[in-house]
Amino acid sequence: MKYETVIGLEVHVELATNSKIFCSCSAHSYGAQPNEHVCPACCGMPGMLPVVNKRVVDYGIKAGLMLGCDINRTTTFDKKSYYYPDLPAAYQTTQWFAPVAVNGLVEIETSKGKKGIRIKQIHMEEDAGKLVHDIREDTTHVDFNRTSVPLIEIVSQPDLSSAEEVEAYLERLKTLLRYARVAECEMAHGTMRCDVNLSVRPVGSNKLGVRTEMKNMNSIEAIKRAIEYETARHIDAVENGTEVLVQETRRWDDIKGKSYAMRTKETAGDYRYFPDPNVMPVVIDEAWFESMKNSLPEFPEVKRARYMQEYGLSEYDAEQLTKSIALCECFEGASAVCGSPKDATNWILSEIMNLLNLRQMTYDMLTVNGKSLGELILLVSNGKVGRANAKKVLSAMFDNPELSPEKYAEENGLIISNDTGLIDKVVKEIVASDPKSVADYKGGKEKALMALFGRCMKTLKGNCDPQVLRKILIDYIAKV
Amino acid sequence: MKIYNAKKEITCDRKIVVDDMILTTDMPTTAGSKMLDGYVSLFEAEVLTRAGNAGYGVIGKTSVGEFAIDLVGETAQDGALIEDGILKSATAEAIKSGDAICAITLDVNGSVRRSVAQNSLVSVKPTYGTVSRYGTIPVACSGETVSVVAKTATACRELLDVIAGHDDKDGTSLPETEIAKVSETKPVRRIALLTDMTKGVDEETSARLDAFSKKLTALGVEVVSVENSIIPVSRVAWNILMSAELCNNVSRYDGVKYGYRAQNFTNIDELYTNSRTEAFGELLKTAIIFGSETLSTENYMKVYDKALRVRRVIVEEFARLFADYDAVLTPACSMMAYPESVRADKYISYKENFYTAPASITGLPAVVAEGAQLIGKAFSENALLDLVALCEKEGK
Ligand SMILES: [Zn+2]
Repeated sequence: MKYETVIGLEVHVELATNSKIFCSCSAHSYGAQPNEHVCPACCGMPGMLPVVNKRVVDYGIKAGLMLGCDINRTTTFDKKSYYYPDLPAAYQTTQWFAPVAVNGLVEIETSKGKKGIRIKQIHMEEDAGKLVHDIREDTTHVDFNRTSVPLIEIVSQPDLSSAEEVEAYLERLKTLLRYARVAECEMAHGTMRCDVNLSVRPVGSNKLGVRTEMKNMNSIEAIKRAIEYETARHIDAVENGTEVLVQETRRWDDIKGKSYAMRTKETAGDYRYFPDPNVMPVVIDEAWFESMKNSLPEFPEVKRARYMQEYGLSEYDAEQLTKSIALCECFEGASAVCGSPKDATNWILSEIMNLLNLRQMTYDMLTVNGKSLGELILLVSNGKVGRANAKKVLSAMFDNPELSPEKYAEENGLIISNDTGLIDKVVKEIVASDPKSVADYKGGKEKALMALFGRCMKTLKGNCDPQVLRKILIDYIAKV
Repeated sequence: MKIYNAKKEITCDRKIVVDDMILTTDMPTTAGSKMLDGYVSLFEAEVLTRAGNAGYGVIGKTSVGEFAIDLVGETAQDGALIEDGILKSATAEAIKSGDAICAITLDVNGSVRRSVAQNSLVSVKPTYGTVSRYGTIPVACSGETVSVVAKTATACRELLDVIAGHDDKDGTSLPETEIAKVSETKPVRRIALLTDMTKGVDEETSARLDAFSKKLTALGVEVVSVENSIIPVSRVAWNILMSAELCNNVSRYDGVKYGYRAQNFTNIDELYTNSRTEAFGELLKTAIIFGSETLSTENYMKVYDKALRVRRVIVEEFARLFADYDAVLTPACSMMAYPESVRADKYISYKENFYTAPASITGLPAVVAEGAQLIGKAFSENALLDLVALCEKEGK
């Protein structure tokens, strides 16, 4: 018999807000010292009351809209109770009764073509802390940096049927959420985590098989291996009766390449959900909804097509630019100012990419604004700043996104001088200081001229039109 | 020790006490529980900051029953305060003795109102959301309210004016524009005496209610006896909501981070269980188990959700009454003194809150004076206090 795998995913994504969901502590826990970003509220001390970070709801709405969901105009927060040392208040504030977004649809593309994956709901919630086990001392330490960091949980319908589809789906979520600038979605940083619900059934059957869940998967490769392992285990059980499948939560051990049933104690339990009386229902009015809707970017493929059609970019260039919304915004801003999409593309795909690489930054971390880049491109095309100096300006723009390229070039002597008197003076000095090269050039060695030219340019700090310098130099040598 | 004294001497003449549900940074806050024995908060309650800025000085803290859900404080970990076989409240004693002119308390389950009624003091439980709950020990957040106790309505009013107001740190705090309605309320002219709420009261309590009613009539206020079978249902619904919220709120006391930790345990589950078993008293354990049950998947819809729906019905019922009346009059307790013997019934506070639950579950303002209770429309606390002040003047 042939079997198909039925997979639903619960994806936890950390929202990229500056502060936590209910207090003003920094939400950037990655790389921080243990318990560096904590306060009485996120440590569960009595007397602190939750105040909803509006930005979290903004991001929840945006995520919902990007994934084609309906937005619940009145969305509520609820308490989920369980005991665990990393949960300081012994409850997690989440959304159980009225999640921010429901009924979405995400289109994926695999080797088998396009497919729509339905989203059941997206809810906002707070993260728990982290337990650090010290094996030598046989103790466990608690780090509350991550408690109350805002998350969304994206719950799909069981519409996925292979590891390839799961990978495509996760990639698509990552792309769309990064495009809306609501999340980093980096599994290696823990900003995207995944629970996999899986069952198998004979092809053509409508009945779902026994479902098992694997929690907190944190790499796409591990997820793919786990899906393959579980699928084989399920089919083996159904086909050969090797074991009786039970609905349970399993732990995936990626090193051993096996899944293990978790103790029932870890999974069983009644979470006793109820509406949090300290958090008033959040009402998303028309103005708020519209402003969120209007703030959303086009989908990457729409942008790509438009870049080719409207700006005349090659497919390759359009593809490269649309890899990141930050590159797109920079490109669109620069093109509008300098009027040359081709120049803007070249600057981004060469110089900006180089600097990002050099500084070990991701595309999304680009802060250079398009308007400034456009101004810089104009300075170059108008002959006001040499290309080499323009790179220096660009580097400064990386350090300070507010920087005005022209002002910076002026203040740092990077503007091309039209002062031929100065050029004459420099040429005279250089030629006088190097009679050998002059003689070599006159003897027919073109290279000697380049050496003289280079030294002049260096003395002039690059601030002159190369054509002008070349002409003055040749004319002068001819005279001496 | 029923009263903890402040470390520094308070020399101002506006001396107040705060009960042990209000967080202070210079004295421990224990919520009357062994679980929080010696717990000192890192921050103080917003109401204390406001009172302090207005020149009030906290001379000490008064003991409360464990998480303030009992009758008048008899379940406090440092023992019940009993005088001549009568249960006493530490807060009421501090005011009666004149040591403090006012007390700031957290009214969770009506114990403040009961002791105020029994000691002929005045208290005001303001409209829910007008006074910040930031820095109060959370128990039944949907209904508990910071309240003020004093000998006179005027003294209550003065302190309430100071502590009321919007607070960004409390998500349920109403906007300033709403809170301003407190100063716009019309005088109380018509009062409904809810006869169904006087059931079970002893003669003395009944006599006090009559006397108060007559006094009001003499002042030109119309007091009408009204039958109502819906308001008395409040108690049952409130007990469900209060216990569920309490169960959730006290879950944080698990022996891991602060507070009491059991000496003997071999794993995390034992650490939780032993710490909580050893530190919590019997009434609290009952509330936890009851509350936990009401929220179970099996019971949620038929118990907890139903209680939420009953709450809405009661709110609507009050609105209906307030179309014809400015306030309702009820007792605040069934007797004017609790003999020690009432403690034989371990769950007495789950029954005696019959009189206090209507204002708790609806968040309506309640003023207790002359041994009786007035419950008014939202934002009518000043009008209620004005009326009581008028009575006080007549009495002199
Ligand atoms: Zn915090």
